[in-house]
Amino acid sequence: MERIPIIKIGRYLLVTVQTDVQDNVALALQEDLGNRIIASRARLVLFDISSLQIVDSFIGRLIADIAGIARLLDAEVVVVGMQPAVAITLVELGLTLNGVRTALNVESALAMVGILDPV
Amino acid sequence: MTTNSVATQVDQLRGNSQSILDNWIAGQKTAGASRPDLISDADLKRQCSELLTTFIEALASGTTDLSQPAWERTRATLRSISLSRARAGWTPSETVQFVFSLKQPLFASLQSQNGAPAAANSAETLELDHLIDRLGLFTADIYQQGREEVILRQQQELLELSTPVVKLWDGILALPLIGTLDSERTQVVMETLLQALVETGSTIAIIDITGVPTVDTRVAQHLIQTVSAARLMGADCLISGIRPQIAQTIVHLGVTLPDVVTKATLADAFVVALDRLGRQVVAKGQATASSR
Amino acid sequence: MSRAPSPWWASLILSEVHAPERLIVPLRAQEDVVLLRHRVREQAVGLTFSLLDQTKIVTAASELGRNAVTYGGGGEAVIEAARDGSRVGLVLTVTDHGPGIANVEDAMRAGFTTGTGLGLGLSGTRRLVDEFDLRSTVGEGTVVRIVRWK
Repeated sequence: MERIPIIKIGRYLLVTVQTDVQDNVALALQEDLGNRIIASRARLVLFDISSLQIVDSFIGRLIADIAGIARLLDAEVVVVGMQPAVAITLVELGLTLNGVRTALNVESALAMVGILDPV
Repeated sequence: MTTNSVATQVDQLRGNSQSILDNWIAGQKTAGASRPDLISDADLKRQCSELLTTFIEALASGTTDLSQPAWERTRATLRSISLSRARAGWTPSETVQFVFSLKQPLFASLQSQNGAPAAANSAETLELDHLIDRLGLFTADIYQQGREEVILRQQQELLELSTPVVKLWDGILALPLIGTLDSERTQVVMETLLQALVETGSTIAIIDITGVPTVDTRVAQHLIQTVSAARLMGADCLISGIRPQIAQTIVHLGVTLPDVVTKATLADAFVVALDRLGRQVVAKGQATASSR
Repeated sequence: MSRAPSPWWASLILSEVHAPERLIVPLRAQEDVVLLRHRVREQAVGLTFSLLDQTKIVTAASELGRNAVTYGGGGEAVIEAARDGSRVGLVLTVTDHGPGIANVEDAMRAGFTTGTGLGLGLSGTRRLVDEFDLRSTVGEGTVVRIVRWK
């Protein structure tokens, strides 16, 4: 089964969701990420969804769950690069993704957690 | 009367199609309807020939119900002719008249072939007459649709042109809205703003509604949705220029703006935005003193 | 199919040509839901829907497709274009032969509250489309028909 790659860059993990994924592949990410966070002792996970054109209730819920799991493992998840059409649709679906931090791009995300000087 | 009688005419029509075509084109010229200023002889001949051919072939199917698959090619041909004429500048009635003008050469061909007195032909003639009438009406509808699509497209372009997003500072965009907002315009405006946030990497947008006289429930809801969407993306919105009347409307409508910072003026909102980005405006003397 | 830059009137004709009458997508496994998203996207593009409208209808399709596969034991989706006077729309009908839903309104409310599952997908879908019609019989299955107009 295809698995979404998780890359370690310095002290953080980068997950890039490139294309439309099946539900079970997305679920596998939840497990993989938990394990990687522990193994790498990363404190920050950047979840890049800038290529994701569709976020439905399942994926939206998954993102919220991943953020929750990461927090319990003492890591912060920042969702990066949500497309406007996706954001508008999520709002209309009534999914607020409360408790999930988001940033326009990687730079903003890093600034948010104090790794770079803010712009 | 069944459609079979019409179908039996098909062979005659096929055999006679060249002269029908010639008569049809000549008829249009005689009536002064061929519009040489809008279409060349060659193109006119091509359009007539294509329509006549698909028409005769569709007749051969035995059905005069235009919604049947047998009539698909004829409909497609009429669609393309009608749309091209709409953009070339033909009037609606000219375009429909083009279809109606097919009747005369068709009937003439049937009568001359059969050699029978007019009465014997009248049932088939009537049927063909009605059929061509329906094709004419179909053409009129397509023409109308073509025009409506052009208008919609132009409206869309106008909407996009009239909603400028302005960069006030690094990371801060402003969207000054002017005029009455209807639901559709608001949606377009909001999409434009969100897209600009992504493209400029700005984290704060100030939506200024000083120039908006009234706001209804739907517009207020779109504003709120835009703020929510911006936050989902990792940015935020401030709203400025809410006048007392609009504030009253919003409260009376029972619409709540949860956690949205609103300021009376764009300038006030700008200061808030700067502050969020860790910036402030200071007088020159102070700046020099603190920058060393 | 790629779209080279075209004159402003081209889409008037393209919109007639690029949407076939009816497209059927069987829904048996998860990969079919991915396929359904792609097919609905293609049809929406063919009908020249805006990017936002495309996103909404594809998201709605994803919800319905997932429900059919996950809760309905599989089924099929039918994608077709619709015309109503001068407006053009996309119609998606998703059918499954699963257990059916006993009380639709309750399911939608429950889904909304718990934020999961079938109910959430349905209530979300309803908000994303212009027309939403659901029929379900316990023990026989469910049919959901949605329409998004351009």
